[in-house]
Amino acid sequence: MSNLSVQDKVKISFSINGREIEGEAEPRKLLSDFIREDLGLTGTHVGCEHGVCGSCTVLYNGKAVRSCLMFAAQADGSEIQTVEGLAVNGQEHPLQTSFTECHGLQCGFCTPGILMSSVEMLNSGEEPTTQEIKEMLSGHLCRCTGYKGIIEAIEKVCKPNACKEGEN
Amino acid sequence: MKPATFTYHRPADLEEAVKLLDEYGSEGKIIAGGQSFIPILNMRMSEPGCLIDINQIEELKSVRLEDDVIKIGALTTQRELERHELIKKHIPLLAEGVPFIGHVQTRNRGTVGGSVAHADPSAELPLCFLALDAEIVIDSIDGKRTTSINDFFITYLTTELMPEEILTEIHVPLNQPNGYAFEEFSRRHGDFALVAAACLLSVDDDGIIENARIVLGGVEAVPLLAEEAMEYLEGKSLTENVLEQAVELAVVDADPDSDLHASKEYRLHLTKVMARKALLKAYDRGLRKEG
Repeated sequence: MSNLSVQDKVKISFSINGREIEGEAEPRKLLSDFIREDLGLTGTHVGCEHGVCGSCTVLYNGKAVRSCLMFAAQADGSEIQTVEGLAVNGQEHPLQTSFTECHGLQCGFCTPGILMSSVEMLNSGEEPTTQEIKEMLSGHLCRCTGYKGIIEAIEKVCKPNACKEGEN
Repeated sequence: MKPATFTYHRPADLEEAVKLLDEYGSEGKIIAGGQSFIPILNMRMSEPGCLIDINQIEELKSVRLEDDVIKIGALTTQRELERHELIKKHIPLLAEGVPFIGHVQTRNRGTVGGSVAHADPSAELPLCFLALDAEIVIDSIDGKRTTSINDFFITYLTTELMPEEILTEIHVPLNQPNGYAFEEFSRRHGDFALVAAACLLSVDDDGIIENARIVLGGVEAVPLLAEEAMEYLEGKSLTENVLEQAVELAVVDADPDSDLHASKEYRLHLTKVMARKALLKAYDRGLRKEG
């Protein structure tokens, strides 16, 4: 890796949604731009591009991170999951269904990012409190739906027992 | 948004990293979690010629207990720190302060060493580590050295780290005061603090304060150790009068700037409110031996 000139691209290979990819990019290319422009996966949205809005959140080795705050080169050797990887064989992920049912989105711009953070929460296996869901959502800006439907959608999947009790 | 061009190196171990730092000098800049640094690059407020990405260096990723000292590797993520059993058990001040840093999604990537080396005077970790009287371990091609955090911060975003040096570990002694509290006021959850206070109090069985550490953030160019208030509190019980006096003394050295988020007067007011809350909570916990 030593003595690269600034124009040199770096080779990158990682797994995205279970598929191994190889590519190359300038070191300064953000992971969010690489996913959208080079891999054509435009489900990952780009909003503020400095880590505030949460639209570009993806799973990096299972952890929800801002893809605008990583360089593509830093993803080398990792496992990335984006919103395109959630549905399996055309079957929506339970969180996707729940967002529809609970009116957890309107324009949908923020939704892919919120889904990825919610998936991390679900995959942790620990049942979150409503407060923990709200804290997780503080990392995502939604400007049209409001957060009530979003919180309900996440609760329905991540804490199903609590929701059933609530209905009774 | 695109940062300016740079060369990119990803050293596999510390030895390679310090060689690169030596080679590039002030042109080289370390990138760890990048949660503060990449926005700076994206907005082109900084245009380093070379980035040295230390994320592959496994030896910097650990939290361990050795010889009554908790040793935190620089690449430990803030999220790992927040959830680590050793931290919850032995350094509850950190467990209380870390959730104020950004959001889960940035704590997943942001690192302990990065936050301390970045030295934002309102950031949570510099505040906590100063309260905890931590030691900073620094490596360079010339070898290893340690320094007290009391001397580490120089001014805004500036520490005693030289361009060829790298912060590798933070050491926190185990025997901390039994009372602790972290209080912060920000406009929205996850924003940088307008004002924050970290407080540690040793309280004996009669309610007398044996030792106090009070650190204020957002009020100076560096995290501010409120030494007059600390000295004043020693040997006293925290009555309402003592509390009032301690809060007044805590801000004697505070000289915050006005900016679009808050005027100087408002920051000073908030500083007193946060210091008061932190002192009360730390004292209460100290009395109940919670720490």
